[in-house]
Amino acid sequence: MKKLGVFVCWCGSNIASSVDVEQVVVQAAKLDGVVHAEHYMYMCSDPGQQKVKDAIKEKGLDGVVVACCSPRMHENTFRKAAGLVGLNPFLLEIANIREQCSWVHANNKPVATAKAVSIIEATLDKVKQNLPLETITIPLNKRVCVVGGGIAGIMSALDLADAGYEVVIIEKEPAIGGHVAQISTTFPYFQKLPELLQKKIDEVNAHPRITVYLSSEVDELEGYVGNFKVTIRTRPAFVDHDKCTGCGKCFEVCPVSVPDEFNRGLSQRGAIFRYNQGSEHQLPIINRDDCLHFSDGEQENGEKCQLCVDACAEQAIDLGAIRSLQEELVGAIVMATGYDVYSPANLPEYGGGRLPDVIDGLAFERLLDPKGPTGGRIVRPSDGRVPKSVVFIQCAGSRDPERHKAYCSRACCMYTAKQARLYKRQVDDGTAYISYMDIRSDSRDFEEFVQQGMEEENLVYIRGRVAKVFPEGDVLKVFTADTLSGRQLEIEADLVVLAMAMEPKSGVRELAKKMNVTIDGDGFLSETHIKLYPVESSTKGVYLAGCGQSPKDITDTVSQALATSGKIQTMFSNETLIADPLIAEVKEDVCSGCGICIDICPYGARIMDDFKRISMVNQAVCQGCGACIAACPNKACELINSTSRQFIRMVDDFSHKAQMA
Amino acid sequence: MKTVVSRDQVQGDFVKKVAEISGENFFNCYQCGNCSAGCPSVNEMDLLPSQVVRYLQLGLAEEVRNCKSMWVCAACMMCQARCPKGVDISKIMEALRVLQLREVDAKAHIDVTDFSEDYLERAPQIAMISGYRKFLPL
Ligand SMILES: Cc1cc2nc3c(=O)[nH]c(=O)nc-3n(C[C@H](O)[C@H](O)[C@H](O)COP(=O)(O)OP(=O)(O)OC[C@H]3O[C@@H](n4cnc5c(N)ncnc54)[C@H](O)[C@@H]3O)c2cc1C
Ligand code: SF4
Ligand code: SF4
Ligand code: SF4
Ligand code: SF4
Repeated sequence: MKKLGVFVCWCGSNIASSVDVEQVVVQAAKLDGVVHAEHYMYMCSDPGQQKVKDAIKEKGLDGVVVACCSPRMHENTFRKAAGLVGLNPFLLEIANIREQCSWVHANNKPVATAKAVSIIEATLDKVKQNLPLETITIPLNKRVCVVGGGIAGIMSALDLADAGYEVVIIEKEPAIGGHVAQISTTFPYFQKLPELLQKKIDEVNAHPRITVYLSSEVDELEGYVGNFKVTIRTRPAFVDHDKCTGCGKCFEVCPVSVPDEFNRGLSQRGAIFRYNQGSEHQLPIINRDDCLHFSDGEQENGEKCQLCVDACAEQAIDLGAIRSLQEELVGAIVMATGYDVYSPANLPEYGGGRLPDVIDGLAFERLLDPKGPTGGRIVRPSDGRVPKSVVFIQCAGSRDPERHKAYCSRACCMYTAKQARLYKRQVDDGTAYISYMDIRSDSRDFEEFVQQGMEEENLVYIRGRVAKVFPEGDVLKVFTADTLSGRQLEIEADLVVLAMAMEPKSGVRELAKKMNVTIDGDGFLSETHIKLYPVESSTKGVYLAGCGQSPKDITDTVSQALATSGKIQTMFSNETLIADPLIAEVKEDVCSGCGICIDICPYGARIMDDFKRISMVNQAVCQGCGACIAACPNKACELINSTSRQFIRMVDDFSHKAQMA
Repeated sequence: MKTVVSRDQVQGDFVKKVAEISGENFFNCYQCGNCSAGCPSVNEMDLLPSQVVRYLQLGLAEEVRNCKSMWVCAACMMCQARCPKGVDISKIMEALRVLQLREVDAKAHIDVTDFSEDYLERAPQIAMISGYRKFLPL
């Protein structure tokens, strides 16, 4: 490289007030290889960029240093300009003489000026050793995998499929819908959720571009953005749904009776059952863990149970079915794994998990569902009596950094108001008390919804965290305080409803590890930036939506889901992906194959080539962070255009100057 | 001591009566405290105006019946003017006074014949009227 150019920016007075730019230009012009040097008030402006372009053209520059602000600001601007006039963009470097010079030596012009010259000199020495590079293109498979078929997964999948892309949904449970399927009515307008949800589920099932894997989980994930391979593990239903007519004979004969999870234990089910008993759309499945056929015990006649097989006229039941593994190739992934309700058993002081009439909010939703275990009648689980006094306890397990979850679960203030209002509408002579710390009603029409509940349904809000709940006779006693009147209260209740915290769905920690997606201290999937990259995970090509990322209501869940779809469509608007070539590189003859870099890389970009026994860099995944370079005991890896040689030379430049001074 | 709260109280006769006479729905109040912040008589009250409403929400009849605040209330209507939820506490205070007056011995107020003609000449009418309503043996 022989013909170098130096462009010194004033940045208005930001640089020029403490750096003598004219002097810098005079000094720079004398440096080895420099054939052009000039200064200008705003180099990033159009006329400024034109100066760079003109000099490159006229003087045939083959290396450029722009001395200005941080490369984070304008490296791209100048590289683009250089590229337009035929200079390889990677032969242009920024010398940061603002943040690292003029701003820190504002009162010392001689020092600032000398330092600016040093920085330029060192950067010139770097440019001399830069290689011209081409951006890397990566193939892009325009299919999407959505993990979790709750409302988040459903909305994301539908939007992407409508945009023309193939989508596969992987759902752990035997049906899609997630928690929304368990909720009867939503705030703030009392819309019926089952109808809204069923419409979306029908759309998914009818969509030619959506494939749903039920009772399935991610077994393994390989690959990287644009090119993932997902291995899907599916549990057998043991019932051939093409043959099954849904007659229900099998339910009648199955001798097993266990609490029904979907109904939060408010009803029983057999080992062969409909996942959502209220949904005539769902066909029977067998849960292997409950089924006597698979347990060690034998029937009286010494044979393994197969009563359902014998009862089924369609011969739809096959107890020999086994789990299956399938592969899907996709370019992007949406993690929509949702939440679990924090178990009431964690709150023994409220009798959670112990007293039958102390239930969680989701169980109360099941009582409200016309197709639920009580046909929509609100009754006490213990004796079927209509409760005349109900205490709702908010923040149960939330906002308790000492013993439970430090965070606010965000949807419970609103669903509690909704539940209390629905209760009063059904039992108009009943009294609904709501124990609260704050009422968080921070969205459109939410505050009005709560106030209306107070005004019209006379909800008795009591400000204070409940101390304990215990049975007395056939009622419950609730000890609490009302900080507004300054009284300690004792309330008699027939039913207590705990607005339990939401926590990340179980198993997500392991899944996140497989996907190389970071999680926060509470186990929720973390976004890259809470303000600007709210649905991007730490792994490129993996996006986040819904309660798996943090607790939220349906409105926010759906907004996020649609955002993931938008993000993925942006990515899919190109035929290939383009990656920065400033990444790590391995000297194959030096690498000993120790594998240290593989563990160190935060992006999972290093892979062992089993044949050559050396560590390779996945160009599509590497972010050029340099962690592996520092870790390698053999100095076998380098960052392209930021090699050790280049940096040692730059450090030499500085120390040489320092010695002379 | 624990204060027992029950459905019978919250939906009890006393609070229903106060609601009926005042025409106010206590549950409109969301306990912001604005009334208590502006009330000129608070220094002499045992319950803040907002607390009076709070006790009524919880149906604590005895406590409300025995409070001094209703007698201290100057009926200035500052609370009504400021309340963001349109609750008129001055009407509630009046309702409480009326209920008390109805219940206690009708002779418990001043008797005009106890005053000399001379005094009656000089006494402001408003003072006499409030004396009729307020001089109760508390
Ligand atoms: C009692 C209660 C009442 C509520 N009422 C309302 C209301 O009235 N209005 C409102 O707006 N919000 C309400 N909410 C909040 C609402 O439930 C959530 O906002 C919504 O369900 C979030 O949807 P989601 O898809 O993110 O998660 P989920 O509904 O939890 O769905 C996640 C799905 O992913 C699946 N999944 C999880 N992990 C995996 C895995 N590893 N592999 C494959 N699949 C997986 C799950 O099986 C599930 O189907 C309420 C919440 C509660 C607890
Ligand atoms: S084999 Fe027996 S226990 Fe198993 S699902 Fe059929 S009837 Fe129930
Ligand atoms: S949303 Fe309301 S009830 Fe739920 S944790 Fe937050 S403050 Fe408590
Ligand atoms: S009307 Fe009574 S309670 Fe209301 S501000 Fe005036 S004195 Fe206070
Ligand atoms: S100002 Fe109105 S809403 Fe606020 S505390 Fe007083 S009565 Fe209640």
